[in-house]
Amino acid sequence: MSRIGAIFQELKAKNEKAFIPFLTAGDPSLEITERLILELDAKGADIIEIGIPYSDPLADGPTIQAAAVRALAGGTRMPDVFALVRRVRPQVKAALVLFTYVNPVFQWGIDRFFETAKEVGADGAIIPDLPIEESGEAAAAAAKHGVDLIPLLAPNSRERIAKICEEAQGFVYVVAALGVTGVRDTVSEDLPQLIASVKEHTDLPVAVGFGVGRPEQAAQIGRHADGVIVGSAIVKGIGGIADALAAGDSALAEQKERELIDFAASLKEPLRSAEAPL
Amino acid sequence: MTTAYPDNKGRFGKFGGKFVPETLMNALEQLERDYNHYIEDPDFQKQLQYYLNVYSGRPTSLYYAKNLTEHLGGAKIYLKREDLNHTGAHKINNTIGQGLLAKMTGKKRVIAETGAGQHGVATATVSALLGLECTVFMGEEDIARQELNVFRMRLMGAEVVPAKSGTRTLKDATNEAIRHWVEHVEDTFYIIGSVVGPHPYPMIVRDFQRIIGDEVREQIVELEGKLPDSIIACVGGGSNAMGIFYPFLHDESVQLIGVEASGKGVDTDEHAATISKGLPGVIHGSLTYLLQDEYGQIQPAHSISAGLDYPGIGPEHAHLADTGRAQYVPITDNEALEAFQLLSRLEGIIPALESSHAIAHTMQVAPTLPSDHVIVVSLSGRGDKDVHQVLDILGGADR
Repeated sequence: MSRIGAIFQELKAKNEKAFIPFLTAGDPSLEITERLILELDAKGADIIEIGIPYSDPLADGPTIQAAAVRALAGGTRMPDVFALVRRVRPQVKAALVLFTYVNPVFQWGIDRFFETAKEVGADGAIIPDLPIEESGEAAAAAAKHGVDLIPLLAPNSRERIAKICEEAQGFVYVVAALGVTGVRDTVSEDLPQLIASVKEHTDLPVAVGFGVGRPEQAAQIGRHADGVIVGSAIVKGIGGIADALAAGDSALAEQKERELIDFAASLKEPLRSAEAPL
Repeated sequence: MTTAYPDNKGRFGKFGGKFVPETLMNALEQLERDYNHYIEDPDFQKQLQYYLNVYSGRPTSLYYAKNLTEHLGGAKIYLKREDLNHTGAHKINNTIGQGLLAKMTGKKRVIAETGAGQHGVATATVSALLGLECTVFMGEEDIARQELNVFRMRLMGAEVVPAKSGTRTLKDATNEAIRHWVEHVEDTFYIIGSVVGPHPYPMIVRDFQRIIGDEVREQIVELEGKLPDSIIACVGGGSNAMGIFYPFLHDESVQLIGVEASGKGVDTDEHAATISKGLPGVIHGSLTYLLQDEYGQIQPAHSISAGLDYPGIGPEHAHLADTGRAQYVPITDNEALEAFQLLSRLEGIIPALESSHAIAHTMQVAPTLPSDHVIVVSLSGRGDKDVHQVLDILGGADR
């Protein structure tokens, strides 16, 4: 069983749900990303999504776009992200999942990407612009090298759910709302039904992302899903650190970093003793 | 005659496909079904023909450019006058088609991306005509370069949203349009302006633009009693080129030449010569040639012409380049500017800066060819939108 599978199994035994934060590698620097990964792991992150910064992130809203701009401006490229994963892997218990768009994978080489990912210790990969129709070569390479290729499933996937679940590895990433990444005020009322229909087609865990930004939302989703993915809300906090550093205020940057870690802890808290579905 | 491409996976050879977020997949499948249905529907075809003929003024003429031909002293040059279309460019052929498709499938709202503003104007026009709500995404940089087109769109009731990400040009406007579509996919029709994007768009836009080539075929046979020897068209995304090439793909005697914008030169970092300098990769949902670095980060394109300022190219062009059926050649900003002025002076036709690239290549090759060699150049748009920019570059001095 993959590390991701084992983590979900262990959580289930404890009646806990997975907390899955996202951050962009190199935002605002690789050193800070490395420190944040260790701190998130210490505060209970079960899986950490590490974004490989990309010039044209189609599925991302302004917050994560800005993170990619900061990381690219700082010079972070694919080899730096692999090196980062290699450094943190022995130090964290969380599973590490790479989040990247298809073009950087294509240029690195599809087989070589999964080979390198495995070699540095990544457990999974998410490629938001690679739907099942186009994912054959990547799925084969991921399986060959033992990396979970985690698919996204949308509120309007409808009759595509069965096929997506059939190909899924690791967990199924359910997109909570139509649209790009970004914090939203409310959680869709249709979400429990969507999760239920996914679970009809697979025994894999289901994690929900896109729009989750507050502990009460995490709690609400945690009642139905096996994991909660928080991206933009975390990245917004990192943006605060970046702004403080850009202004030369290192004391403020430290304070922002502490606030971010406390915020992450507050997101995990309601998932520790998940209530049964209503 | 047509090709078998795209195949059932939306591929032109190895290019094309659907590399988009899952949220859009059902919408693309539905669009393909709707398109396949309506393209065979007599009522749809009747309306399409009506608006193309009576509203836009088709067929456009195929004009023998006698002065240009004599000046260059070689091949016989015809201009396919897409600039005579309503709104001044070929873009409306496609927006009438997609606008009708939106209307017939019950969508009340359309969105579009635009570079130079020609596709945005053509979309705003059709939206006004058909009573659709219209939002156009346009790079902030292009909004500054093409303020008249922005005003035109607003006059016709469209909302123009500045794309402020990345290079703030066509690439980023397209990103923003796709992001918006992901959120509003259930009630919004995305009218893509070129033969780019995920399947079925490259096919749909090609099919709506092929009327350019279909007309040329009829007109040139009437005028010359034979098919043209060469067809020359500018290529950004490549919709006017694909439209004029497509009906001739199986006529091997007809040389097809796409002209890319090489900006300040293919050996500089400031060009848009996608086929000459790009590598296969994925942009805006399609596998094609694109300008990128070794790690797959998309590189900014540059051209004097906002309509060619795009780091990708339609996947069918990538396929035609790979198979050798079409050749793609670079033309610089300065060469295009020369052509812009020459055609204005010799023929009294001010070409769009985009189309000026096709004229510039014609100026290079025509003198080397015999007088019985017939060239058809796609004059894809008129240059009124560009005169202010050209005035700024050349200055007010008499020339």
